[in-house]
Amino acid sequence: MHPTLKRIIFFTSIIAFWEIGSRLELWMPIILPSPTMVLNALVTGFEDKTLIYDLVASFKRLAIGLALSLLIGSALGVLLAKSKSADETIGTVILALQAVPSIVWLPLAIMWFGMNETSVIFVVVLGGTFVMTLNMRSGIKNVHPLYIKAAQTMGSKGWDLFVRVIFPASIPHVVTGARLAWAFCWRALMAGELLSTGPGLGYTLRFASDFGDMALVIGVMIIIGVIGYIVDQLIFQRVEKTVLKRWGLES
Amino acid sequence: MFIEINDIQKQFLDKDNKAINVLTNIDLKVEKGEFVSILGPSGCGKSTLLSIVAGLTKATSGEIIVNQSKVTKPGKDRGMVFQQAALFPWLNVLENVTFPLKKEMSKKEAENQAKKYLQMVQLSNYLHHYPHELSGGMQQRVAIARALAMNPDTLLMDEPFGALDEQTRSRLHGQLETIWTETKKTILFVTHSISESIKLSDRIIVMGTKPGTILQDIKVDLPRPREQYKKEMLEIEEHIMGYLKKEIDKVVSEELANASNT
Ligand SMILES: Nc1ncnc2c1ncn2[C@@H]1O[C@H](COP(=O)(O)OP(=O)(O)O)[C@@H](O)[C@H]1O
Ligand SMILES: [Mg+2]
Repeated sequence: MHPTLKRIIFFTSIIAFWEIGSRLELWMPIILPSPTMVLNALVTGFEDKTLIYDLVASFKRLAIGLALSLLIGSALGVLLAKSKSADETIGTVILALQAVPSIVWLPLAIMWFGMNETSVIFVVVLGGTFVMTLNMRSGIKNVHPLYIKAAQTMGSKGWDLFVRVIFPASIPHVVTGARLAWAFCWRALMAGELLSTGPGLGYTLRFASDFGDMALVIGVMIIIGVIGYIVDQLIFQRVEKTVLKRWGLES
Repeated sequence: MFIEINDIQKQFLDKDNKAINVLTNIDLKVEKGEFVSILGPSGCGKSTLLSIVAGLTKATSGEIIVNQSKVTKPGKDRGMVFQQAALFPWLNVLENVTFPLKKEMSKKEAENQAKKYLQMVQLSNYLHHYPHELSGGMQQRVAIARALAMNPDTLLMDEPFGALDEQTRSRLHGQLETIWTETKKTILFVTHSISESIKLSDRIIVMGTKPGTILQDIKVDLPRPREQYKKEMLEIEEHIMGYLKKEIDKVVSEELANASNT
């Protein structure tokens, strides 16, 4: 059987079971509202545009946070790859920081920047930066020496060598770093929004929960999951595959 | 003399920081336009020597003079072709070949020049292919075109056909010979194949190992193309085999000794 067909059957049965269970009142709507209720909540949310404002606000924070973390992460990665002293000092700190979920920075961020946009973005930036740093670093360190030698015999050196050979040669690692950074930023953003002010998907999630609107809670959860899936599978996995193929790392 | 290799010594440090002589007393003069092969068993220091001439590796002592100037760093007067094509996978064929030309000419001129050399290696139909879409032989031809495109006086080739199958290799020998006659480059060609060196070169430098030294400097005075001189080529081959046998035995017995030690 075709995998797509299997998936369709699987999801239809789950949703059917869920809907039927709700109608037979096997559980209370406050515990688990029916798919129809979730759908209604989503339709209302999109019709009165609150969910649209949330999406726009969340994506704006994500875009700023992810862009900053890619920039800072890459710069730090280059520094660690090029300077042994930096690697032995800052490198160790970054390895340690990477083990800390970035949301734990929120209390400090709120003290520094206040309960606002900046604090959430700060947490998002921290979420993605270090994983980007580590991937950028190993990308540059693992450039095949033959590429560098070949470029040198063609008169390339210094900045020219970096821009035209070393950086492009490390692109496969950069793409992996960016994919992981996006995933960490996305999770950090949702956590940050849950704990701060709106608008935003995470904020609406908490707001709905405070008012016992479980249909909306599940609706927002579905939106978060679908976005995560689409960006990861349809964008990053594809880019990664194309890059690996062209760079001759996968056939 | 166009290339002068004067008393080159090269030592590497092994893992216990002990100095190992890889090359000793290497003296070699090459005339402009000559095709010289450097032949020797693997590990005798051929790549190291070529890399010193390219300016990629520093000699422990001695000096290299190319076209009256001392070699201190890599330069576009010496094009290099490696055993692996070393093409940049993120660039297509045309972009790979224009890589060394970016600074000194306009994009249009660079592309025209690149196309000229790609035509010479018969790859005009593959300008927009990426390296992963080409066979090993085609990649190596792109690498040769790339080295030629910056119009160096000297071409340094380190076992450029070593990774290719016999038929492809034999076809590329023909192409390289034609290119050499057309462009009048001075070629230093490293190989461990005796027949390859006899087929292609004016002179064969036979190297011995542990430490790497020059054993013999043999002139090959056969007209080209040489396919028709099978008998003469075989004689030279046996002659060289005599010198190399001792060296190869040395390598083998050492490998056996190492194997029994570990
Ligand atoms: N960077 C290096 N450090 C230590 N030893 C090296 C290095 N490069 C080459 N060697 C040693 O020098 C010897 C000659 O190597 P090479 O020039 O590659 O030989 P060939 O090309 O003739 O096979 C080998 O024994 C090799 O192990
Ligand atoms: Mg070698």
